[in-house]
Amino acid sequence: MSSPLILSDDQELIRDSARELVQAKSPIKEMRRLRDTRDADGFSRALWKEAVELGWAGIPFAEELGGAGLGYAELGIVLEELGRTLAPTPILSTVVLAGSAVQLAGSAAQKEQLLRGICDGSRVLALAHQETPRFAPYRTATRAEKTASGWRITGKKIFVLDGHVADTLVVVARVSGGESDRDGLGLFLVPATQKGVAIARTTVIDGRNAAQLELAGVEIGADAALGVPGAAADVLDAVFDRGAAALAAEMLGGIQEAFDRTLAYLKARDQFGVKIGTFQALKHRTADWFCEVELTRGIVLEALRAIDGGSKDIARFVSAAKARASDTFILSGEEGVQMHGGIGMTDEEDIGLFLKRARAAEQTLGDGGYHRDRFAKLGGY
Amino acid sequence: MADLETFRMEARAWLEANCPPEMRKPFQQGESLVWGGRREKFSAPGSKLWLERMVAKGWTVPTWPKEYGGAGLPKVEARVLQQEMRALGCRPALTSFGMTMLAPVVMEYGTPEQKQKFLPPIARGEIRWCQGYSEPGSGSDLASLQCAAVRDSDDYVVNGQKIWTSDAHHSDWIFCLVRTNKSGPKHDGISFLLFDMDQPGVKISPIVLISGASDFCQTFFDNVRVPVSHRVGPENAGWTIAKRLLQHEREMLSEGGGSYQARKKRSLGEWARERLGAGPGALPDTDIRDRIVRVEMDQLAYSASLRRSMEAAKAGRGPGPETSMFKMVVSEMSKRRADVRVRLAGVQGLGWEGEGFDENDLEATRIWLASKAESIAGGTSEIQRNIIAKRVLGLPD
Repeated sequence: MSSPLILSDDQELIRDSARELVQAKSPIKEMRRLRDTRDADGFSRALWKEAVELGWAGIPFAEELGGAGLGYAELGIVLEELGRTLAPTPILSTVVLAGSAVQLAGSAAQKEQLLRGICDGSRVLALAHQETPRFAPYRTATRAEKTASGWRITGKKIFVLDGHVADTLVVVARVSGGESDRDGLGLFLVPATQKGVAIARTTVIDGRNAAQLELAGVEIGADAALGVPGAAADVLDAVFDRGAAALAAEMLGGIQEAFDRTLAYLKARDQFGVKIGTFQALKHRTADWFCEVELTRGIVLEALRAIDGGSKDIARFVSAAKARASDTFILSGEEGVQMHGGIGMTDEEDIGLFLKRARAAEQTLGDGGYHRDRFAKLGGY
Repeated sequence: MADLETFRMEARAWLEANCPPEMRKPFQQGESLVWGGRREKFSAPGSKLWLERMVAKGWTVPTWPKEYGGAGLPKVEARVLQQEMRALGCRPALTSFGMTMLAPVVMEYGTPEQKQKFLPPIARGEIRWCQGYSEPGSGSDLASLQCAAVRDSDDYVVNGQKIWTSDAHHSDWIFCLVRTNKSGPKHDGISFLLFDMDQPGVKISPIVLISGASDFCQTFFDNVRVPVSHRVGPENAGWTIAKRLLQHEREMLSEGGGSYQARKKRSLGEWARERLGAGPGALPDTDIRDRIVRVEMDQLAYSASLRRSMEAAKAGRGPGPETSMFKMVVSEMSKRRADVRVRLAGVQGLGWEGEGFDENDLEATRIWLASKAESIAGGTSEIQRNIIAKRVLGLPD
């Protein structure tokens, strides 16, 4: 039996408390403040502290390590609420991406040290994987060479989420094989302060944190390897699936909010002496858009539950969810701006912020085209 | 839960003992579903016996009360029964508009006498019903219908014409919308009548469609007499019932018409590989490949959304306006699926009949043409968008 797609009573409580916190402490104007003041952290430490107190940073981790022992269904609920106000937090970088890598590949000691620190909010981690403009999960030119005492890492990374605030980087580097091979990849824990590490924050359209990273012969110990060097691809697949599903849940929040705001505008804005929502040209487009939102919700919830249930179809569900979330979020940003008309083009009106987040989220961990291609491959065609 | 497992075991044992082996096989050439009624031919061996056994058990309509021919099962048990039937590959014993469309509104709006008279024959598959809604001048604007019923003591006298009456030529009775008041708002002059079509003054003529099939008919009424006791609901209040029935119809259509996989279907991916003569790996035709992916992905999203909506409705609510979304989505999706199949066949998909064409391709072509009806029948996709905009989104008129 598949687990229910509607929320349980406990899950509703999580949603209600998430909504309360996010709406009170991180409305859209907070995201604007972080952007406009070029805040050093790029996210609100105060909000994150309260989120950690509510247990969000430990949702998918074991209770022995300070986690909540819940799953992606619950994480998705929280992310959806954060998505509604475009609230930046280190959840995706730290809990989902780097956290999953540690959870899935780490030794007991690594888990004890890192996951406990994630759960109690004392640590921010980042996964440094991407090297080319378009997402390509195995494409890695960064090398890890064996040394007498451990490893030497050399290479460049781009779009490292929360890279400039992370204390520890989980770096994907190649131990063997050619640049695009699936085999030969390793995961390595690199302290941000290690000699030879250069991190440069970039400014991106959605105001979130993404950094460029240069690793110039960075020396790390043998105990810095996460899992078996050379055999990280299976772990990476699972990490990216979790990342894409969690991100899709956040995107769902943005999609729903952009839709709700635009629907309210159609009911409020007068032209030609009537509400513009009376026009059939807009009604039909809005009805189509509504269907896309609902279908996206269905598949995103299904993907999150597939992860929790250990389904053998996780990859298919996640790719279907991320592809649809990407396309529907872009649609929502574009229709949102278009239906708001001139005011939608201004920075002062919030709707445009959803378009910008849509583009960034779409390109993170693979866009619709990437996931459709993967879905076809998984289906054997 | 233990009770439910007991029920599952009992149901499985009963099905294994009572479902004839022929009824557990995919359809053979010339076989079709059992729709019941006076003209039912029981084209598949074993289908008559299967219906009789299921009727005796009350399992053609398992959730209905026993007095109306059901088994009075709670919904969860009916779902288990359905799962067990699927697991054993049992064909449905009976498929009908009577069960899925008419009966729910008779249960909701009918008198005790009407329930007693009409529901048991539906459960037993004795009477096949068709739907008299659309008229030549009243398609999307259904409420403008003109087919008239005039009171004459204890009867109505019906005169007029219906069109797109699905399978009228195979049906026995009709549930029919008629105008009983010509003045006043058009929605407030409609009544909902039930009558036997095997009587003088009824003429049925099938319509040949672009697919070559004649599933729909024109139906003419010339001074047809209908007892007043066969009117469901008050006079001139038929529109409410009509709309309610349409919700049930959309629900049925969005669940795939309770459809039974007629044959083991090959996936579009397998189909494409064969038709394109492609080796292993990604299909060489990237356009076709993308179309297939989109259809398959949408299918997953649709199934998840439908499941979510059903879970939400489990509290016993009737179908709500969101069924418009599912009806529209499923019809657009199945049109795209049919389109991919016929594209894949290339010029071999242009065959109409006879030699020179693979029967799968001939079928694909007919299905493609027939699929165009999906976004028209049961309320066009444009009408569904209107309903979503008004009823779900609350956009102003």
